[in-house]
Amino acid sequence: MIRVENLTKYYGERLAVDDIAFNIEKGEIVGFLGPNGAGKSTTMKMVTGYLMPTRGDVFVAEHDMARDSLQGRRHIGYLPEIVPLYYDMTTHAYLRFAGRLRGLDKRTAARRVDEVIEICALEEYRDVILSKLSKGYRQRVGLAQSIVHDPQVLILDEPTIGIDPIQVAHTRALIKELGENRTILLSSHILPEVSMVCQRVIIIHQGRIVAQDTIDHLASTVTGGERLRLRVDGPPSQVSEVLGGIGGVLDVKYQEPFHLVRLEAGKQPQARISASLVRKGWGLLAMESASMTLEDIFLELTDEADAE
Amino acid sequence: MSLFLRNVGVISRKELASYLTSPMAYIVTAVFMGLSGFFFASVLAAQNYADTSIAGFLNAAQFLILLFAAFITMRLVAEEKKLGTWEFLLTAPVRDSEIVVGKFLASLVILGGMLVLTLYYPLLLLFFGDPDLGPMATSYVGLVLMGSAALAIGIFVSSVTANQIVSAAVSAGILFGLWAIGLVADLVPGAAGEVMLRLAFTGYFPDFVRGIIDTKAIVYYLSLTMLFLFMAVRSIETGRWR
Repeated sequence: MIRVENLTKYYGERLAVDDIAFNIEKGEIVGFLGPNGAGKSTTMKMVTGYLMPTRGDVFVAEHDMARDSLQGRRHIGYLPEIVPLYYDMTTHAYLRFAGRLRGLDKRTAARRVDEVIEICALEEYRDVILSKLSKGYRQRVGLAQSIVHDPQVLILDEPTIGIDPIQVAHTRALIKELGENRTILLSSHILPEVSMVCQRVIIIHQGRIVAQDTIDHLASTVTGGERLRLRVDGPPSQVSEVLGGIGGVLDVKYQEPFHLVRLEAGKQPQARISASLVRKGWGLLAMESASMTLEDIFLELTDEADAE
Repeated sequence: MSLFLRNVGVISRKELASYLTSPMAYIVTAVFMGLSGFFFASVLAAQNYADTSIAGFLNAAQFLILLFAAFITMRLVAEEKKLGTWEFLLTAPVRDSEIVVGKFLASLVILGGMLVLTLYYPLLLLFFGDPDLGPMATSYVGLVLMGSAALAIGIFVSSVTANQIVSAAVSAGILFGLWAIGLVADLVPGAAGEVMLRLAFTGYFPDFVRGIIDTKAIVYYLSLTMLFLFMAVRSIETGRWR
């Protein structure tokens, strides 16, 4: 549904997106992850046809966004990072304009506006001027405008940024619901959010894709083996040294107050670890197996990319 | 073509609604009415009400319309860039030219509405005297043509900046520059002076006031309008490649 090939964007001299490629199938919800300035928004602006790439191609619903942008844009609903609201309009007038602008006739626009107001729970604010809405409701209106023309493809740039936790939960549930019959590309730098909503992630760092895979699969490829998190009552550097010398331990990192131990695949040196620590007279306060969170994967991948 | 008109209609209706809900259009119109009314009345008073012309109004209007155009167009694109709605508009399935023409038509309707309000000057004269209506009618044609060129210039300038104040200042600068060329043209001898007079923004206006509609004038103002609308479209396109 969304196909990106050799996509590159320079802002003047600055390279923002560096030769990326991905393919999103119909019905997928894909998370687009990366730190601020990684190139997420720039990529999304190119997918939606707002910006033209320096090199490479974007296809949305099989339409080439360079040659056939108008046709492609018909299929896209887009929520930019800055929610695009005309603050002098009411919710209803704004959504109606959005619908008409995306080609709906008057009657269809009126019907769809009522529907999206219901979907996004905006009934109370139907006739309120947008400048009077709270941040969370503005975000909902932004989401409402992106679906008013019932597009097959949704591009959502940081859809939950800056809103309170209760509304975040509501928005996530809404996105999941919308994803039941649409293709969604959603960017975020909040990792748990992506693992909650998306089936697959594309991780981008400094304009390059560092990984793209399902969340489960990513976790297993990156870890190699299991990880342990230890809390030891002893001098950290000596503890690290001792832990590092135990067979089956790949490496040890100290992140106060924990020692993070990476294990070789298939090895179970837990008993030896506790025995060695006790022999040294240090107290083993805690030892737990730490499966990789998206956060760990992300840090690991971006560290690797930085090291290269 | 019908899709073009439909999209232009959707955009200009929205722009009109936002003009009518914001104070800008009202303030500018009030200032315009106040000043042009003052000049209309004072010229008549100076001649002891022996004359029945709207010369006072026209002298002020041809100048004020430039200011009006700069203020009324400054927000058209610049504000959208600032608010972030530009991205919303440019990712909708509408052509860049539809956006520009839609915005231009909305501003032209506002200008037209303002000129309609000033029709009470000729009506007053008609009530109290026996004015020559022909030149008045052609003067209004001239004001609309001049106004449309000024609005097109304003939209172009608005499309190259994200700052409304910069947009207004630059448009006013260009418009008054084009106007000032006409003032000094008389001082420049020979062909150069002639060219300057032909390029001057208000150079064609005296003909309209005398009751003459010159094809050259129509061509001048319409070409200027088309040229700057075209440049606005190009500037939007270029923005996508920045």
